[in-house]
Amino acid sequence: MTKVLLEGSHAIAEAAIQAGCRFYAGYPITPSTEILEYMSHRMPRVGGVCMNAESEIEAINMVWGAAGCGVRAMIASTGQGISLMQESLAELANAQLPCVVVNMMRGQGDYFQATRGGGHGDYRHIVLAPSTVQEAVDLVMLAFYLADKWRNPVDVLGDFLLGHTSEAVEFRPRDERDLPPKTWAATGARGRRAHNVTPLGSPEKLNLSPGSHYGAIAAKLPRIVAAEKRCETGLLDDAEVAVVAFGSPARFVKYAVRVCREEGLKVGWVRPISLWPFPAEAVAEAAGRVRALAVFEQNAGQMIDDVHLAVLGRVPVVPIGGISHDHSGFGVGPALEPANIIAKIRGVYDGQAAA
Amino acid sequence: MPRQPATVTIDVETCKGCVLCVDVCPPRVLVMSEDVNAMGYRYPLLLDGCTGCELCYKICPDFCFEIYRGAA
Amino acid sequence: MTTTLKKVSAKPELLLSTNHSLCPGCGEPLALRTILELVTELDLRDRTVCVCGIGCYTAFPGIIDVDVLQALHGRAPSVATGAKRVLPDRFVFTLQGDGDMVSEGLQEIIHSAARGEKFTAVLLNNGVFGETGGHMTTTSVLGQRTKTTMETGRVAEQHGYPIKIADLLAQVDGAVYVARGAMHTPSAIAWTKRILREAFEVQLAGKGFSFVEILTMCPTDWYVEPGDTPEWVEENFTGTYPLKILKSG
Repeated sequence: MTKVLLEGSHAIAEAAIQAGCRFYAGYPITPSTEILEYMSHRMPRVGGVCMNAESEIEAINMVWGAAGCGVRAMIASTGQGISLMQESLAELANAQLPCVVVNMMRGQGDYFQATRGGGHGDYRHIVLAPSTVQEAVDLVMLAFYLADKWRNPVDVLGDFLLGHTSEAVEFRPRDERDLPPKTWAATGARGRRAHNVTPLGSPEKLNLSPGSHYGAIAAKLPRIVAAEKRCETGLLDDAEVAVVAFGSPARFVKYAVRVCREEGLKVGWVRPISLWPFPAEAVAEAAGRVRALAVFEQNAGQMIDDVHLAVLGRVPVVPIGGISHDHSGFGVGPALEPANIIAKIRGVYDGQAAA
Repeated sequence: MPRQPATVTIDVETCKGCVLCVDVCPPRVLVMSEDVNAMGYRYPLLLDGCTGCELCYKICPDFCFEIYRGAA
Repeated sequence: MTTTLKKVSAKPELLLSTNHSLCPGCGEPLALRTILELVTELDLRDRTVCVCGIGCYTAFPGIIDVDVLQALHGRAPSVATGAKRVLPDRFVFTLQGDGDMVSEGLQEIIHSAARGEKFTAVLLNNGVFGETGGHMTTTSVLGQRTKTTMETGRVAEQHGYPIKIADLLAQVDGAVYVARGAMHTPSAIAWTKRILREAFEVQLAGKGFSFVEILTMCPTDWYVEPGDTPEWVEENFTGTYPLKILKSG
């Protein structure tokens, strides 16, 4: 298979095209803007539509319209833009509409926003966090499949670093033959007798039964949890400390762990790939092996809550990350320096008592 | 006198007593009832003289009317 | 002399139920009837996608036999943009109230018109947020008593002026057809059916953005008897919102 050298944002956009995405709407906002730029010239070439919308709320609702008509649709933004879209992001889940939402984060401070949801009510998005550009390509293509499979929005969390790193990537088509046709889409009722109505979270207004609507969504969520956890681990067999990290910082953590190993420290790593559903079992299994878990994330402590919930006090859980920016404020800060991470890991290794 | 026979049927149980039809009827052959339907609303009754002009059908928000016309 | 009477009018074939649970004398079902009649007359049912906003008229999607995308408050023009762009051969129209379109969704409708999006936007204007209980919207007229202007009516000094959205949109280059009708009298209804047909034909010819505002009666939130709403419209509404075609490029 041919590899092509692409900058992360462009690779994400091209992955969507390869997955059959034919509608994109976005608003320029750093560090997601390059996805919009790429789509603006690539989409027309494949017969798709790219809208440079006048606002984030308009953009996500254009995605709503395309998705509601059965077309694979995507939007990309960063945390603030995702904040603006929250009502729509919550209700897209209620409407059971598939779509892919890419958040190119500034740092990693949008973990709560993605996994707890910044919107109202009981809803979930599936959340995937790639660590490399190739993985971003794979997960974007997976995201479209999962969105259609579950009729639910799927979030892909990248960041500034991922967006601007170039790698040689390949686009591997997925086997999607098990996906059912979108008979629920609004396309005009041609050839059918009954109409399709895509509701919101208040189906009683549309003379639909509220119990059946919310019941269907409530029944779906545990099935997603059971089926869609993804995680990667390494060097855990004899590890005494494991570092938990997600996204592109996890790449730096893996490097730091290898250096620690070379220096004789028995360290391993756990890298959640699905942030919702969170791979609690994998984290708990690692906790059973080590005497401490260190959590490296570029925020004030968000994923660490899910680590605590998975570990339930079995071993100490120590934060070793933090908010870290360069002068631009986009999250590529000194905390990512391997020397810093190694020092932090050593601090946990040396300072923590046995479980 | 009406030139063509015409009449309307009125779904009185759907009527909400808004009276728009009574006011709009050109030959004034609709009058509101004294008693009420199951929802508690008075409803229109048809007198003689309907011309089948369809205005009651057009102004009724609850789709209560069906209009019938025929040739003598 | 025997006569056979033929049924000449009955509820629209695309109406699945008359049970919309709206108030006595509400003008919105009259607008719905007019639209459904046109969809049937123009043979559009099998390729129609209705994008419905949030308001009292949100009672309609379940009872109309066309595909419906229910949108969030104010967002229908964006949803319609996505739908029409991906399915350009379908007939796409929005159904929105004044609170939805002119308050919450003002930028959505103006941007959609400016882009010349090829759907038809339909505004049901009764000058109130009906579904939440009758509060002032961007289109409530000066002097109008609403739930939030009960004691003084709308006063420019405190509440500002209404926005005449049809007049605004007529100035936007992407808008091809902009017109205003009403539902309070049979002749207004006939006029409105004509302008709706012209607006729909603009979309069917692929010419660009078309817009029809329809003044609808709301006796509950105008604090008048249903039978007095035609007079209320003439005395209070049509001065600010005259029935006419504002643009027919």
